[in-house]
Amino acid sequence: MEVIALAWWQLALAALMVVVLAGCTAAMRLGMSRSLLIAALRTVIQLALVGLVLEALFAAERLVWVALMALVMLLIAGREVMARQKRRLLGGWGFGIGTLSMFLSSFTLAVLTLTVIIGPEPWYRPQYAIPLLGMMLGNTMTGVALALDRLTDTAWRQRGVIENRLMLGQPWQVAIGDIRGEAIRSGLMPMINAMAAAGVVSLPGMMTGQILAGTAPGLAVKYQILVMFAITLGTGFGTLAAVAAGSRRLFDGRERLRLDRLARPRA
Amino acid sequence: MGSTEPLRLAGVGIGALNGIDLEVSPGEIVCLSGASGSGKSRLLRAVADLEPHAGEVWLGSQAQSQTPGHAWRRQVMLVPAESHWWAETVGEHFEVQPEDGALAALGLEPEALTWQIGRLSTGEKQRLGLLRAVSREPRALLLDEPTANLDDASSQRVEAWLTECIRTRGWPTLWVAHDQGQIARVGRRHWRIADGRLAEVAHAWK
Repeated sequence: MEVIALAWWQLALAALMVVVLAGCTAAMRLGMSRSLLIAALRTVIQLALVGLVLEALFAAERLVWVALMALVMLLIAGREVMARQKRRLLGGWGFGIGTLSMFLSSFTLAVLTLTVIIGPEPWYRPQYAIPLLGMMLGNTMTGVALALDRLTDTAWRQRGVIENRLMLGQPWQVAIGDIRGEAIRSGLMPMINAMAAAGVVSLPGMMTGQILAGTAPGLAVKYQILVMFAITLGTGFGTLAAVAAGSRRLFDGRERLRLDRLARPRA
Repeated sequence: MGSTEPLRLAGVGIGALNGIDLEVSPGEIVCLSGASGSGKSRLLRAVADLEPHAGEVWLGSQAQSQTPGHAWRRQVMLVPAESHWWAETVGEHFEVQPEDGALAALGLEPEALTWQIGRLSTGEKQRLGLLRAVSREPRALLLDEPTANLDDASSQRVEAWLTECIRTRGWPTLWVAHDQGQIARVGRRHWRIADGRLAEVAHAWK
């Protein structure tokens, strides 16, 4: 089956409708048409650039370039995790914990999936490696950001409870145990919901893309299942690692709650 | 089981307070008073090691800095003026059941442990918070305005129960209080915090 080519003017039609939507929100004074338009513009520019990069990458097929691309994606994801937190850990810890836990979970799983399960030749073949890592990082980033945000914000709101539990002689792990559990749950919930609704309520984006691009649905489904498992594992282990490290950082060596290590929220 | 170890503050400094030296003998109650914002509560937090501070605190021969944080606080227990609760019912916050008669001595009903946290009044929270701490059998007590939310009748009841517990267990106790009458009733010694300094107040009324 031949894929129907898309011309730029056809995309311009879709863009025009986004502008109409922005016009509507502006008329309703929702104060978000500006960010809507900027986000739409970012989509166009970022994806166009990435398209160029991918074409070069696919042509070169060199491990260094794939690794470099992966590193850039990781650092941007780390920055994004930090930006999504209301009260992030100060002194580079917010960035460091998020980035390191994403690195450990997403990279390990992506490499494992490539070498053991899919097995392209060579294993880092960019057509497989980059989209896989991109999907894993994107979802792990959401999970880690949600969990860390929940952790720090709840610790801030419930500082009275945490300190009272410390006063009664509880170790820090016990004093923050409930909050840690909540944070992990909120990081994992989106992925569990996505798996539960996959195919019934929503057709996952990657599968839709593959089918639109002409892959047989049966194969697209297999890839989708693999990708969703990989994403779930990446998100799960990434969230566990981030919450473990983040909650440790909320206490010092004397097991005191140190909320002075959190940034004040921007007004 | 009576503990016979004194609580000793050596050069403790936190916030505006500096170089606080103070020794509290076993079973002795030392009252602390001072204007709000003078640092009484923070001093107690330093003794419980909840905030970074200067100096050292000793419980007998045990140094605060040589003891893991939770183990220290398990022994030198701070009871804040406002208690916090995390589980559904009161009883879930108790490691061991409080001894018989304690609830009655505090003017609480026998089934108070089955109450939902949401329906506790501030006064009930304060009394149950004290009971929760005392029933863990620490070895020293730090009380931050233990009767702040109570009327006169329950205030005196709580005072009597606390002083009895402290006397029989031999806990060295720091007691932050505002009410001069209470200070005169419970404290053997009274220190006042003003301008970042701790000064002993002579008991003219005794």
